Amino acid sequence: MAAASPDTALKHTSLHERHADAGAKLVPFAGWEMPVQYAGVRAEHLAVRSTCGIFDVSHMGEIEVMGPAAGELLQRLLSNDVDKLEVGGAQYSVLCNEDGGVLDDLFTYRLAKDHYLTVTNAANHEKDLAWFRRHCEPFEARVSDSAAAYAMLAVQGPLAREIVQSMADAPLPDRFTVRRRRLLGKDVLVAGTGYTGEDGVELLLDPADALTIWDDALRRGAVPAGLAARDTLRLEACYHLYGNDLMESRGPIEAGLGWACKEATGFIGSEAVAAVRAAGPDERLAPFKLTGPGIARPGNPVAGGGEVTSGTLSPCLGIGIGLAYLPAARASVGTELDIDVRGRVRGAVVASKPLYQR
Amino acid sequence: MADASYPEDLLYHAEHDWARIEGDTATFGVTWFAQDALGEVVFFEPPQVGARITGGEPYAEVESVKAVSDVIAPLSGEIVEVNAALADGPEAINEDPYGAGWMVKVRLADAAEKDALMDSAAYQQTLS
Repeated sequence: MAAASPDTALKHTSLHERHADAGAKLVPFAGWEMPVQYAGVRAEHLAVRSTCGIFDVSHMGEIEVMGPAAGELLQRLLSNDVDKLEVGGAQYSVLCNEDGGVLDDLFTYRLAKDHYLTVTNAANHEKDLAWFRRHCEPFEARVSDSAAAYAMLAVQGPLAREIVQSMADAPLPDRFTVRRRRLLGKDVLVAGTGYTGEDGVELLLDPADALTIWDDALRRGAVPAGLAARDTLRLEACYHLYGNDLMESRGPIEAGLGWACKEATGFIGSEAVAAVRAAGPDERLAPFKLTGPGIARPGNPVAGGGEVTSGTLSPCLGIGIGLAYLPAARASVGTELDIDVRGRVRGAVVASKPLYQR
Repeated sequence: MADASYPEDLLYHAEHDWARIEGDTATFGVTWFAQDALGEVVFFEPPQVGARITGGEPYAEVESVKAVSDVIAPLSGEIVEVNAALADGPEAINEDPYGAGWMVKVRLADAAEKDALMDSAAYQQTLS
């Protein structure tokens, strides 16, 4: 195999060597070489549901916005009401283009009065950064690319808080809040957020400190978990995945993210979003469960219109699950669906969110 | 999951399938390499008994958590038996790919086709 040129070389997180030593399967993902699984997807998934898993999600990007008008700039960019975000708070929102299409979905943390940190999807980071910079000019605010400044670890599961608390100098923040803490003497931003449907925290820290925290979490019982388990966990919890369930060609109302859109704030795309909300969307993203054997996959068409955008076998339920955009009239819970899985019709039913709950 | 192995008594197709030939019939499955690359198999639907399959062409699909992959027939023939146990226990494909993880038994159409398959040593060469 030819050596990769510098242009195409995959980026490594500060934990890359740990992943390789642990026998992880490493795959290219949004320009990074990331662990997709260690011992096995099912075991990792169940560890997060029953005890604690730890994910290296350092591929995710960070954008920091600072300055007297930082909040105003974010109010213009983000769909949620940034005025409601207090210092130490966390808020989910989407980033829309002028047509109301979704550019990314993001968590924003308010670190200080004039200081916000937004976490981007790795594949969208450069696009988001350009978008932030393009719109920041009229505002007295500075946009910084902080992707290289942070490693990110997600510690998730019923024992996650206990494990991280045992490293910390002070109580961990509650759900949807963020605090600076010292873990094993290292400065860490601890956020009560996650992408698994379990309690837990996400840690933003200096890449040089990630190894110390990772190794200690493993000693305290956290199980290394890869991107494959992250995907099955988020799908059971009905969290969206950008690129699958969110895209520029569809808006947040169709995606079921109207709760994260406050059109009165006048964010970019708010008029288009308000129009869809008022008229009612033509299609809606709905969770489904297969009623028989089989697994629906992204791109599988649904009889009567619509398509699957995420699909897998639920490790907790033992059946095929997924998310599909469906004609609005056929998207209500209990509606029976016929999904064309590579030429074979598989029965499914629209289910309620989340697909799995303990 | 057991360590890598490629039994000497089997013949191998480059698409990571094996055949155990017994007279005019053969048993097919996927190799250790294939199951390792797939990861945990979560779904396998056996094809129909009586179906005619062609060497080098897909005859079934095997699904892991992340992806679906075609299973390629190493030889041509007619399916005379399928491993129905895989419908409820597809993990046998990972745990015992040459034993309990077998997929179909086939009445061979042309005994000479097997000359195009590889022995264990030749197949392992293709993996490095």
